[in-house]
Amino acid sequence: MKVNTMAEMIASGQTPEVLFWVGCAGSFDQRAQKITKAFATILDKAGVNYAILGKEEACTGDPARRAGNEFMFQMMAYQNIQILNGYSIKKIVTTCPHCFNILKNEYPVLGGHYEVIHHTQFLQELIEQGKIKITDSNEWKGKSITYHDSCYLGRANEIYEAPRKVLESLDMELREMKRCKSKGLCCGAGGAQMFKEEEKGDKRVNMERADEAIETKSDFVASACPFCNTMLTDGIKNRNEEVNTEVLDIAEMIAKAIQ
Amino acid sequence: MAIIAQILFIILTATALYLFSKNLLLIRRNILIGKAGFVNDQKARRWKNVFLLALGQKKMFKKPIVAILHLILYVGFIIINIELLEIMADGILGTHRIFESYFEKFELASLYNFIINSFEILAALVFVACIIFLVRRNMLKLKRFMSNDLVGWPRSDANYILIAEIILMGLFLTMNAADTETHFIISSSLQPLFSGINADTLFIIEHTAWWLHIIGIYIFMNYLPYSKHLHIILAFPNTYYAPLTPKGMMHNMPEVQNEVLYAMQPELAPTGAAAPASFGAKDVMDLSSKNLMDAYSCTECGRCTAACPANITGKLLSPRKIMMATRDRLEAVGKNIDLHKNFVPDNKSLLHDYITVEELRACTTCNACVEECPISISPLDIIMELRRSLVMEESNAPQEWNSMFSNIENNFAPWKFAPDDRDAWTKQA
Repeated sequence: MKVNTMAEMIASGQTPEVLFWVGCAGSFDQRAQKITKAFATILDKAGVNYAILGKEEACTGDPARRAGNEFMFQMMAYQNIQILNGYSIKKIVTTCPHCFNILKNEYPVLGGHYEVIHHTQFLQELIEQGKIKITDSNEWKGKSITYHDSCYLGRANEIYEAPRKVLESLDMELREMKRCKSKGLCCGAGGAQMFKEEEKGDKRVNMERADEAIETKSDFVASACPFCNTMLTDGIKNRNEEVNTEVLDIAEMIAKAIQ
Repeated sequence: MAIIAQILFIILTATALYLFSKNLLLIRRNILIGKAGFVNDQKARRWKNVFLLALGQKKMFKKPIVAILHLILYVGFIIINIELLEIMADGILGTHRIFESYFEKFELASLYNFIINSFEILAALVFVACIIFLVRRNMLKLKRFMSNDLVGWPRSDANYILIAEIILMGLFLTMNAADTETHFIISSSLQPLFSGINADTLFIIEHTAWWLHIIGIYIFMNYLPYSKHLHIILAFPNTYYAPLTPKGMMHNMPEVQNEVLYAMQPELAPTGAAAPASFGAKDVMDLSSKNLMDAYSCTECGRCTAACPANITGKLLSPRKIMMATRDRLEAVGKNIDLHKNFVPDNKSLLHDYITVEELRACTTCNACVEECPISISPLDIIMELRRSLVMEESNAPQEWNSMFSNIENNFAPWKFAPDDRDAWTKQA
């Protein structure tokens, strides 16, 4: 599978219909790279004409802004918008809800106007349009699953249905956690917490959420954010439950369920 | 004799209204200390929020039983206060149930009875609801009411309001019951209590209840500005001015945006542009007026704190406490201004003295507090403004965050990976 960069596409006179914004986690984190590869595979199989920025992509500035460092955020936003506008990007899809939120909500006021969608929305579209077909004998069928709402997808942008609709297509038994959708509990990574030790308390946030996920006794926990994925995987490992419950991104599940 | 009572009533009413409006104006002044004003675009959507959230109490109905009890208090409060019109007219004119005679004149006596009966039913319901709330608040040990946030005055404040409501409703019903010529739906069942009491004594009981009731209402009204109960007024403007943007969107800092722009493209920089005095919020005057109205609107119900992942896992952060601390600081600043005409630095600030670094650092920006608030308060917005001040003014960040910042700056990612490896995954794909 060949993954084209914008630079390569433009050089060969092509205009991709959508830019896949990979994000830092998706680019560098070994676990998240699997999600990236899975999603790229799906795009490839669906025949989507897409490109990545490759080495020209840089952090959106989300963790810096949430930590309070507006200068760093504005620097990154300035550079990214220059690149994106330079390629006349119209549509962006991303596997990271934090990148999604920033690109969609915080770049427009800085001059970056794009149609931004999250990969779960994109997957829902591909399924509805018949561009990808879930096999009847997919390996997830009949298994139980619980979906963890990412804060930056859910409350921040009110996307609750798309990920669930995609999971429904897999014919799985969806078990909701007690705190779900608008009441979903954070995994503990947001607000730049991912990059520092937790403050003093009596429990880690990811343990609280992992316990809730374990309580549903589901075979799988579906995430739609590389950071949630890491936090929940750690939590479940910590409880020695990784043999019973595996954390997977929705894209990874779909990638294995299509022809 | 009657004329003295009338004069006394007029003086009392005028004083109560004067003090109340004076305090409201002070609160308005304090709210306007905020540096950014209110956003007032898309008026139709804003009114819709007022109708759904403030008037319709949409978010309260996430907890249906509490919502119904709260609705009784709210409807009771608004509707029973219509009776105040008659009470005021009687007090000023020295009449007794002046509206009743008017209604009778137009052969609408049954309508008058219907109205007063409705008030009485509501009064009885409010009476019961307040007792349930008192029990729930003090005996059921709900975590959000047992929290340390409420130690001292805030806990008493909540109880005073409930007790005041119970007393006021009791006086209202007693007043009607002692008026033996009337036979209203609830008070008539209380009338046997007064059997055997002579007419003169009954007259005194009725009038005493009448006076205590109206004095009680004036006291309650003037207590409001000092109380968490101010939401009965501020919920309306607060839902109106609530942001209409997605919750995930942080507001931009054009001053920083421009500094970066001018650094990148110096030709765009205007000559002699002064750098802004400070970034983010260190004190209440650096916050927006909406943040400050949020603080005055907060009812300290604790739904935010109960949903906060940091608080649930035992961290120091409590979004409710953020709002309470903001109001406390704003009140202190307000008193400072009363005293000196202008704010004189008092060696204190919202950041550090009222809200600690540890609290701010615990926030995951998950928006659970914002989502939970029934009247669109955003503790998160205040937390973020304080974080901005911490990092940009004081360079106060944990070491890991400083590494993250420098990684972003040098490696274009929050981790220390070689930027050239950003597309390394494509080779394995």
